[in-house]
Amino acid sequence: MLAVEVKDLVKDYGSFRVLKGISFNVDEGGIFGLIGPNAAGKTTALRIISTLLQITSGTVKVFGHDVIKEADLVRQHISYLPEDAGAYKNLTGKRYLEFIAAFFKDGDKAERMVERGMKIADLGERINDKVDTYSKGMMRRLLVGRALMVQPRLAVLDEPTSGLDVVNAQEVRKIIQEAVKEGTTILLSSHNMFEVDFLCRRIALMNEGEIVEEGSPRELKEKYSAANLEEVFAEVVR
Amino acid sequence: MSDLSNMVKKELRELLTRQTIIPMLVMALIFAGMGGVTGGITEEAMKNPIIGIINEDDGPLSGIASAVLNGWAEVVYNSTSGADVQAALEQVNERDGVAVLVIPEGFSDSIYGNSTGKIQVYWIMRGSGIMDSVSTGVVDSLIQVINHEISKELIEKDVSINPEVALNPTAKNETTIFKGKEMQGLSPVVITGMLSSQSATVPVIMMMIIITAGSIVISSMGMEKENKTLETLLTLPVKRSAIISGKIIASAVVGLLMAVIYMFGFGYYMQSLTSGLEVNLADFGLALGIQDYALVGLSVFVTLLAGLSLCMVLGAFAKDYKSAQTLILPITALAMIPMLITMFKDFNTLPMALQCLLFAIPFSHPMMAMRALLFDDYLLVIGGIIYVALFAAATVAVVVHIFKTDRLLVGRTRKKRK
Repeated sequence: MLAVEVKDLVKDYGSFRVLKGISFNVDEGGIFGLIGPNAAGKTTALRIISTLLQITSGTVKVFGHDVIKEADLVRQHISYLPEDAGAYKNLTGKRYLEFIAAFFKDGDKAERMVERGMKIADLGERINDKVDTYSKGMMRRLLVGRALMVQPRLAVLDEPTSGLDVVNAQEVRKIIQEAVKEGTTILLSSHNMFEVDFLCRRIALMNEGEIVEEGSPRELKEKYSAANLEEVFAEVVR
Repeated sequence: MSDLSNMVKKELRELLTRQTIIPMLVMALIFAGMGGVTGGITEEAMKNPIIGIINEDDGPLSGIASAVLNGWAEVVYNSTSGADVQAALEQVNERDGVAVLVIPEGFSDSIYGNSTGKIQVYWIMRGSGIMDSVSTGVVDSLIQVINHEISKELIEKDVSINPEVALNPTAKNETTIFKGKEMQGLSPVVITGMLSSQSATVPVIMMMIIITAGSIVISSMGMEKENKTLETLLTLPVKRSAIISGKIIASAVVGLLMAVIYMFGFGYYMQSLTSGLEVNLADFGLALGIQDYALVGLSVFVTLLAGLSLCMVLGAFAKDYKSAQTLILPITALAMIPMLITMFKDFNTLPMALQCLLFAIPFSHPMMAMRALLFDDYLLVIGGIIYVALFAAATVAVVVHIFKTDRLLVGRTRKKRK
């Protein structure tokens, strides 16, 4: 089954066209990467798939549900992690996870969900401290924990390792791979070509609101006779 | 460019935005309007009051009183028979007059006989605002002039009389007619004072709640954007209406809690102002029943809902916590306008344009409700509740719509391409 089906998607902000009729599919069960330079339209595409933005034209379906007409249904299947997301500063990390879990489950099930979130975040005793006191890396791990603890069918991750040091980024990548093993489909965007090459089964390269290439990292490297995805990227957007 | 001027320019650019300038202009306009109203009071005080005179006494002292009144007031009814009081009241009322003064038979004899001469004053009260009782103050001054002129006459003529009576030869017996109720022994000034002390609490508390709870709602939206939590919240499996209701209810609870605290302080303050007034308006049929309090409560509730929904609309435009703080200013202005207008004038005595403005502002209704209910004006109160409920429903619909559009996240809506 297709986890995401994007067809002729156009998005305008006033007179500015951000997405110029893009189409791509994400198969259930893997990691799909959207890569491209700044202002390519990656975040806009992810926000539309996550039911946050309206569509100018075209269709977007998540597990067969239209993101505009059936937004409430889509939200039951997805978990979205924005690039620069934050958490409520006056809550402790644990209270924040409990707040989110309450929207999905009740009682023991919610408690188990929070425990799972705490395990993913791996913040130790600091989970009981206020979010306001967290470093950027701790905050990101808390948010990744929040996004994956609900075991969504589709996790939409915008730059999941953005701003993290090597160790933290590596931890987050491991968490993402674990989530896939447990049945979650991941749709992510990243500037980090190494990360994309390492994680993604398929990728789509975006430039100026269009998808200019799509395939597996291996296929693309072969097509452009490139040693790595960075070279592919540079060749495609040139 | 020096470092200092560079810094000043940057700060000014950040501080002087449309969001800060527009509310300041609105506040300036309100104060200009207030100036117009207070100017109106002076104008009103300069005008000769419209009155009716019934002089049943044929003595020389009543002649003095009559001459003073005819000289300084616009007398629209003149009679010598006490049986004509009703006709006099109707005539004066028709001409928007303020009082009918009856000088009873034996007025002069009473003074010459060492007793004060009684003047019966029938006040026609039209409203209980400060400006509504200006004319009564002018008539009161005329009675003082009568007192003075009669004193002068008694001293000049060297009449053998008790000095106390010579100095204060007249006294008033007052009856006030207001919204169909006849209140003997009360002057409009006393009634206005008592009504103000009874009904001033609601407008002030209402303004406090709106400003406090409204600020919480708008700031909450600003904080969601500043802390980057809004996007996450909007992708959770929770209905937009639940997010909106949650924010409104929580702010209303905090606002009401603060209102209770203010109420204690303000109640004590009002008590200290009115402790000298011993009149109980309930003795004159001016008291609220349980159903009246229920209507006031309902009016406060729907207004709070409308106000907070309006704040949610404004909150949608807040970019961060700082910009949220300036967005509360229009709400403050909207809460102050009815508070100030109702302080000066009753709804019924306002010009049509101001009546429309006052009715259109949702915050006016609980502010006017108590006073209106004291005089059984249920149409204004129930009409107001219905209007505010419809206003709240429409505003909530607008908020829900905004939550479904891009405006909340990107600050603008989608334009359709032709």
